[in-house]
Amino acid sequence: MFELLGIPPQALFGQLLLGLINGSFYAILSLGLAIIFGLLNIINFTHGAQYMMGAFVAWMLLNYAGVGYWWALLLAPLVVGAFGVVIERLLISRLYRLDHLYGLLLTFGLALIIQGLFRNQYGVSGLPYGIPPELTGGHNLGFMFLPNYRGWVVVASLVVCLATWFVIEKTKLGAYLRAATENPTLVQAFGINVPRLVTLTYGFGVALAALAGVLAAPIYSVNPNMGADIIIVVFAVVVIGGMGSILGSIVTGFGLGLVEGLTKVFYPEAASTVIFVIMVLVLLVKPAGLFGRNA
Amino acid sequence: MAEAQLAATPSAVAADAPLLKVRGLEAWYGESHVLHGIDFDVAPGEVVTLLGRNGAGKTTTLRSIIGIMQKRRGSIAFDGVETIRLPSRAIARLGIGYCPEERGIFSSLSVHENLLLPPQVKPGGLSVEQIFELFPNLKERLASQGTKLSGGEQQMLAIGRILRTGARLLLLDEPTEGLAPVIVEQIGRTIARLKQEGFTIILVEQNFRFASTVADRHYVVEQGKVVDMIPNAELDANIDKLHAYLGV
Ligand SMILES: Nc1ncnc2c1ncn2[C@@H]1O[C@H](COP(=O)(O)OP(=O)(O)OP(=O)(O)O)[C@@H](O)[C@H]1O
Ligand SMILES: [Mg+2]
Repeated sequence: MFELLGIPPQALFGQLLLGLINGSFYAILSLGLAIIFGLLNIINFTHGAQYMMGAFVAWMLLNYAGVGYWWALLLAPLVVGAFGVVIERLLISRLYRLDHLYGLLLTFGLALIIQGLFRNQYGVSGLPYGIPPELTGGHNLGFMFLPNYRGWVVVASLVVCLATWFVIEKTKLGAYLRAATENPTLVQAFGINVPRLVTLTYGFGVALAALAGVLAAPIYSVNPNMGADIIIVVFAVVVIGGMGSILGSIVTGFGLGLVEGLTKVFYPEAASTVIFVIMVLVLLVKPAGLFGRNA
Repeated sequence: MAEAQLAATPSAVAADAPLLKVRGLEAWYGESHVLHGIDFDVAPGEVVTLLGRNGAGKTTTLRSIIGIMQKRRGSIAFDGVETIRLPSRAIARLGIGYCPEERGIFSSLSVHENLLLPPQVKPGGLSVEQIFELFPNLKERLASQGTKLSGGEQQMLAIGRILRTGARLLLLDEPTEGLAPVIVEQIGRTIARLKQEGFTIILVEQNFRFASTVADRHYVVEQGKVVDMIPNAELDANIDKLHAYLGV
């Protein structure tokens, strides 16, 4: 096999795969944030906690009810999404007429409370969650070894992101969503129940986070801090892609995961900061983000 | 088509009972009190205009009828139903279509999506084909982004999309504002056609010459009140008075 700049291909592709995995989570999480921000105009700081809840619900389903990974993939987003619906109805909906800052403070506070509760109950050492038996093992692709579960995560994330993009850009429901993002008052004046659309949208965004959490459970261990760790990077991804841009958040999520992976190969010291450096550069050159519409 | 529209009129309402009855309507933007007791009626099948100077409260009156003024008081009865406390989505579902002054075309939606966005609220709306008959331009631009249309086409789209819904009362806020004379003429013909089909229309206009070609009656709004009503037939006799109202 060939070598690239003195880097053995196994290492290069291994890191690229890791980058792609991280990028999958960045993409799903920033997609949820973008959808929520578009319609509700709040930055959902609870997103990381809701991702963590997804992983925990999967763990609980398995350990308390014997319900395995595949059902968890369906049930955890439903449960956590329903929790999001309650949060939106009970708390967030009271803030729409106030400054954005209140929504940010509320969701940030909620994130701290949720994380605290889980830390208190389960500690911070992390709980194991096994790879489903159907996806253990891997394939030798010649230039690298591809663990099946990781391949599945990348494919599943791509499918979820593209399906979400399709629903938003190509369906009637998506047209309601886009229109309500632009001018909720007028959409309401056509007889469409915008508050319900807002609630369901929040629930859906949260469900996406939970889905990412279930996908992540077998890779990273299930840990109350897992959301707090990843969400800061995801916010940077959202800023780089452009607040509220659907396609932008998907492309940027996967792209930055890859950039991070490449950095690990060529300049490991910068791997954990490269995304923030890019964020600063993008903010300087194109403050609305790579895919953002200029306000 | 005309029969279908007439058949949709509930028999409980006598033929001469107003379809819309506005009494003592007040409205506020925040603390600023803008409407101070608007009174007027619109009979089924009628085209009435609201005339008045800039800032008189014409747009605010339409916004109050469709229910998007947060703070409003008084009485607005549509087809016998009191709507003053209803949310705008419920008001729209009674059969009122709203075409805002700024047109409200969605830039993230294609022309086709814009056209199909407002849901059907009552049976008996126009078909998409009938809308294309009224506005042939739209048919050729279906795939374009909504806001890529010319001003005139955007106005056609803004009117066209509420004709599908089955709404019987149309609120049109300055549909001719800033448009070329040929387009104004086309919109005039459309309004006349819609009247024939049995639609009831409230038209806000600055251009009363245009208004006089389509309307049955004119209400004059001044500082948040209706101060006069002039039947279209008596417009010429009242032209000096109207000039004084409008300051032209
Ligand atoms: N969003 C708003 N916030 C505060 N005041 C407003 C707002 N919109 C309108 N007003 C005020 O309310 C009053 C009535 O405005 P309205 O738009 O109803 O007038 P109009 O008769 O439609 O005028 P025009 O012919 O210019 O469209 C005006 O004094 C205007 O300055
Ligand atoms: Mg106006």
